[in-house]
Amino acid sequence: MPGLGASFGRGGATDFLQALQHADCILIEGSNMAEAHPVGFRWVMKAKERGAKIIHVDPRFGRTSQLADVHLPIRAGTDIAFLGGLIRHVIENEAYFREYVVSYTNAPTILREDFQDTEDLGGVFSGFDPQTASYDTTTWGYAGDGAAAQRDDTLQHPRCVFQVLRRHFARYTPEMVQRICGIDSEDFRAVAETLVQNSGRERTTTLCYAVGWTQHTSGVQIIRAASILQLLLGNIGRPGGGIMALRGHASIQGSTDIPTLFDMLPGYLRMPHARAHAVTLADHIESGGRARGWWAYYDAYLVSLLKAWFGDAATAADDFGFAHLPKLTGNHSHFATMLRAIDGGVDGLFVMGQNPAVGSQHSGLQRRALASLKWLVVRDLSEIESATFWKDGPEIASGELRTQDIATEVFLMPAASHIEKEGTFTNTQRLLQWRDKALEPPGDARSELWFMHHLAKRVQAHYAGSTRERDWPICHLTWDYPECGVLREPDAEAVAREINGYDVSTRAPLPDFTALRSDGSTACGCWIYSGCFRGGVNQARRRDPGDIAAPGGWVSPQWGWAWPLNRRVLYNRASADPAGRPWSERKRYVWWDDPAGRWTGYDVPDFPVDKRPDYQAPADALAMDAISGDDPFIMMPDGRGRLFAPSGLLDGPMPTHYEPLESPLPNALHPDLDANPAAIRWQRPENPLHTTGDPRYPIVATTFRLTEHHTAGAMSRNLPWLAELQPEMFAEIDPALAADRGIEDAGWLTIETERGEIEALAKVTPRIRPLRIDGRLVHQISLPYHWGFAGEVRGDSTNDLGALSGEPNVSIQESKAFTCNVRAGRRAGPATARLADARLDRPVASDEDDPAAEYPSEIT
Amino acid sequence: MTTRAAPTEIAIHKPAERMGFFTDTTVCIGCKACEVACKQWNDLPADGARFGKGGSYDHTGALGASTWRHVRFVEIDGGHLPDIPAVGRGRTDLGGSGSGDLDLVAVAAQRANRGGADAAIDVAAAVAAMDDWLFMSDVCKHCTNAGCLDACPTGALIRTEFETVVLQADVCNGCGYCVPACPFGVVARDPADGRAAKCTLCYDRLQDGLEPACAKSCPTDSIQFGLYDELVEIAARRVGELHARGIADAYLYGAADEPADELAGGLGAFFLLTEPPERYGLPAQAESPIQENVIPATAAAYGAALLAAAGAAAAFLGAGRRPLPRGRGARARRRAIRGWSR
Repeated sequence: MPGLGASFGRGGATDFLQALQHADCILIEGSNMAEAHPVGFRWVMKAKERGAKIIHVDPRFGRTSQLADVHLPIRAGTDIAFLGGLIRHVIENEAYFREYVVSYTNAPTILREDFQDTEDLGGVFSGFDPQTASYDTTTWGYAGDGAAAQRDDTLQHPRCVFQVLRRHFARYTPEMVQRICGIDSEDFRAVAETLVQNSGRERTTTLCYAVGWTQHTSGVQIIRAASILQLLLGNIGRPGGGIMALRGHASIQGSTDIPTLFDMLPGYLRMPHARAHAVTLADHIESGGRARGWWAYYDAYLVSLLKAWFGDAATAADDFGFAHLPKLTGNHSHFATMLRAIDGGVDGLFVMGQNPAVGSQHSGLQRRALASLKWLVVRDLSEIESATFWKDGPEIASGELRTQDIATEVFLMPAASHIEKEGTFTNTQRLLQWRDKALEPPGDARSELWFMHHLAKRVQAHYAGSTRERDWPICHLTWDYPECGVLREPDAEAVAREINGYDVSTRAPLPDFTALRSDGSTACGCWIYSGCFRGGVNQARRRDPGDIAAPGGWVSPQWGWAWPLNRRVLYNRASADPAGRPWSERKRYVWWDDPAGRWTGYDVPDFPVDKRPDYQAPADALAMDAISGDDPFIMMPDGRGRLFAPSGLLDGPMPTHYEPLESPLPNALHPDLDANPAAIRWQRPENPLHTTGDPRYPIVATTFRLTEHHTAGAMSRNLPWLAELQPEMFAEIDPALAADRGIEDAGWLTIETERGEIEALAKVTPRIRPLRIDGRLVHQISLPYHWGFAGEVRGDSTNDLGALSGEPNVSIQESKAFTCNVRAGRRAGPATARLADARLDRPVASDEDDPAAEYPSEIT
Repeated sequence: MTTRAAPTEIAIHKPAERMGFFTDTTVCIGCKACEVACKQWNDLPADGARFGKGGSYDHTGALGASTWRHVRFVEIDGGHLPDIPAVGRGRTDLGGSGSGDLDLVAVAAQRANRGGADAAIDVAAAVAAMDDWLFMSDVCKHCTNAGCLDACPTGALIRTEFETVVLQADVCNGCGYCVPACPFGVVARDPADGRAAKCTLCYDRLQDGLEPACAKSCPTDSIQFGLYDELVEIAARRVGELHARGIADAYLYGAADEPADELAGGLGAFFLLTEPPERYGLPAQAESPIQENVIPATAAAYGAALLAAAGAAAAFLGAGRRPLPRGRGARARRRAIRGWSR
């Protein structure tokens, strides 16, 4: 989550769900929280019961909107214009929390003279190279870095961040918001005033988002815009404030903490890059440039990780095996890999907890990629489409692919469900919760841990005794987890102990990551999780809510364990004023106890516990000594939240409104640009994109989830109790569009794009409304994406419609806003037949990088 | 590790007091967890779904022999959508050149001429109706005067020690008399074996001191389970809170009524509603035909004292109409967006 990381220092939700009950206002945007997070929504309802205002901004009126006090329909993909309008409102009406902004953000910091804004350069920032569609970020820096940083606490200097920000958003007026988003300017003002009135010393507002913000080519910048707004309103680090990044599955947060991402090592450490200068451990650490702030301990975390992985083989003389880590040579993300597979460059694939044949963008392309593999391992609860595409996919039906021609050997491995295995989920609020195994898995079904453990043992046995340099990491990987029971299930707690970290000489568990060292004396599988097995006790297994009625008792610190250090609200030093006093009694959370000489409160202070609030860092101080007593964002070199992000992002230091890659409308702010200039387009014949305003595709499509189904449907379409609740693929369309096209309610309609066409039953409803934008009417349709061609309940897949696209920082696709057309009736032929003949007309070397896709940033 | 029971779990000691459900529709989020939890705990089969008109997310339709909790989605005008909430004028062919407007009124009129929809278009009503999507988890009411129980010739339907009404499947002979005797349309016969079935208020769980599966699974406490008298108090307080907050239409359905206005003598499973009961598919009156025509067994079981004391057989034998909230209902609940900020 680089949007949050670049703003505050850590890529995780800043607050926790239970804190929502203490919000005075909750803005839910880019999220269908009541439907997609019904259990967490409990706390929104609690807040509402206490009188909080609930605002939902979403193209579609769904269950969340019904439960909100107000719903604003917005054109899909225009969130930055809306949030930018709010930022402008807060600045121009001087409604920002001035003391918070001056003390805790980089608003006073003065920028380099050669920085140029999008407002000066027609929509791009300085440093843009149109040839590579990427930025040189040098000019985004501060006028003087580190100790030489210059600040103007009056916020008047023309090059201070605050003034740059003010100019940047000056054109995001309520009228412009109306023109771009289709939101009535008076409705917009009412929402803006509500946010302002519910922020400040006495009150706090929370923002909740989910994949409705991330799945855009400007997704990270949408989250940046939310971060800027919350910093201006003084809502970060405070109870009932913050930004809740609602994660889409039970442990998606966990899968970025201990990442399934190609460009990260556990704990948001950077994956080294083959072409960068940092090929030695020292260079790699140095290249992070983190002499000040918490990342100064980067070396201890990385060396401890290498010790956990390579054990005794990791020695100081050998850089602890650093040179043996895999190196990035380009974009190895999901889409890049699948395109490479189509070109014949991928032999095999493991698909676990995923169903790309239905659940991934441009599923037709995904299936063609699967058909290009030599082997494919699918582990799931049921026989999902990714395991059957070779016999019943749309491309088989169309005759484009023939089963006998597909060489992919598919191994379908039955997986244990969540009640048939033990381990942790890391949920949306960074909370690790251990679950015990209730049942043995049936038949041959096994846990992921079992599968990976026994696979690793077989791989190690295969390479045993090899002296080849490239086999070193396999041969020297520590893999000594005890096995239990007749199934030889590895001990999950042993893995948790390794993640927690231990003293190499005594094997004693470490109390937390402050004990980690860079000399090889400690090992730790993921530094941010260090402490989860503190004292040899499985902290994530705790289930004591404590005395909820006591002051601050609702924080329940003995329930599970949250990273880092069991903190529930991040940056909670900011819940107190610069002198360490609570901003107000009503919002008391963490404060300085002067007689005791320490920070105290309801939560674990996110600050050195004995650092006095009046400590002023000397100019030449390093590491945490460089963080003054009133700098709450300790992961940042200057301890301040970033209104302007001088580093960490590839597509701009501030958010700018761009249209989605596919839009019916030109960019009202930057007419020459339309979409994010740094967006990844993967332009190939197999991946046709609609141009802006293409008259064949005048309708905006957006996707959403239903409570009744889980993502691509493997866990719900095969369960009759859930399948009957939403039995058919459908599309929500407005009555005017339905009337124009002759589409009947509950009748069939077909939705088409250049990638494919799918059929669905029509829900003709004013819950999705056409918007009046810039004098014309824009129709939107909303599509759930849970159906596929296999399983108990079947239906067409929404993901057959979308194109591959990439947000510049994280390569995520733009599935929440694309263009399409609709017509009455069922589709004419198999869904993706129109791309049957689309092929790249040049040979592609299997190791060739896609020139359009430079590797995502190294974000910490 | 300390493990504590959730605060809503109630240890039940015999002799038991009356237990019930309070279903607060104002906090229901329509997630259907109760419907699924009920089927799972009671091992009821999925009984199919039909994708219907009306934009609803309700595809399972109604309570039945294998659906003992059902989440109803209360749709605009009973599911019939008025045409056109939009604003525009000016005419462009959406399908062709694509840029521009549509004369919505003309299109709707045209469609009406084709027989597709009403000609009358109330744009304001259609927009306001966006706010009228209500969710309500329906269930057997466990009536004080239970028509089903009175109609049952075999004794399959019993009143338990928790004063809930339970149908014993192994005693039921499938006669079906209970089906029309229920004024709420709750009881139904299993198409496979003909026997009747309905919610037991998780009698088996109650006996083990557990709350019913639906209440356990409800993420927002829309379904609350507990001692009936306490629930009525909680519910009455809740109505007062909502009134104080300006939601004047909130009222209890099936509890805290004057004796003359009681539905079936009072409902063990009662509801907080904000619209007239018919909007939720609930009857405004709830007399069982069986109680109209014969001396009810319930009266014998409960009634001697009641009859003697009040002489009030009319309390459950065709009592007068309840006063019901009328008017704009939920629409009035919502203030215009402008000017609602604090």
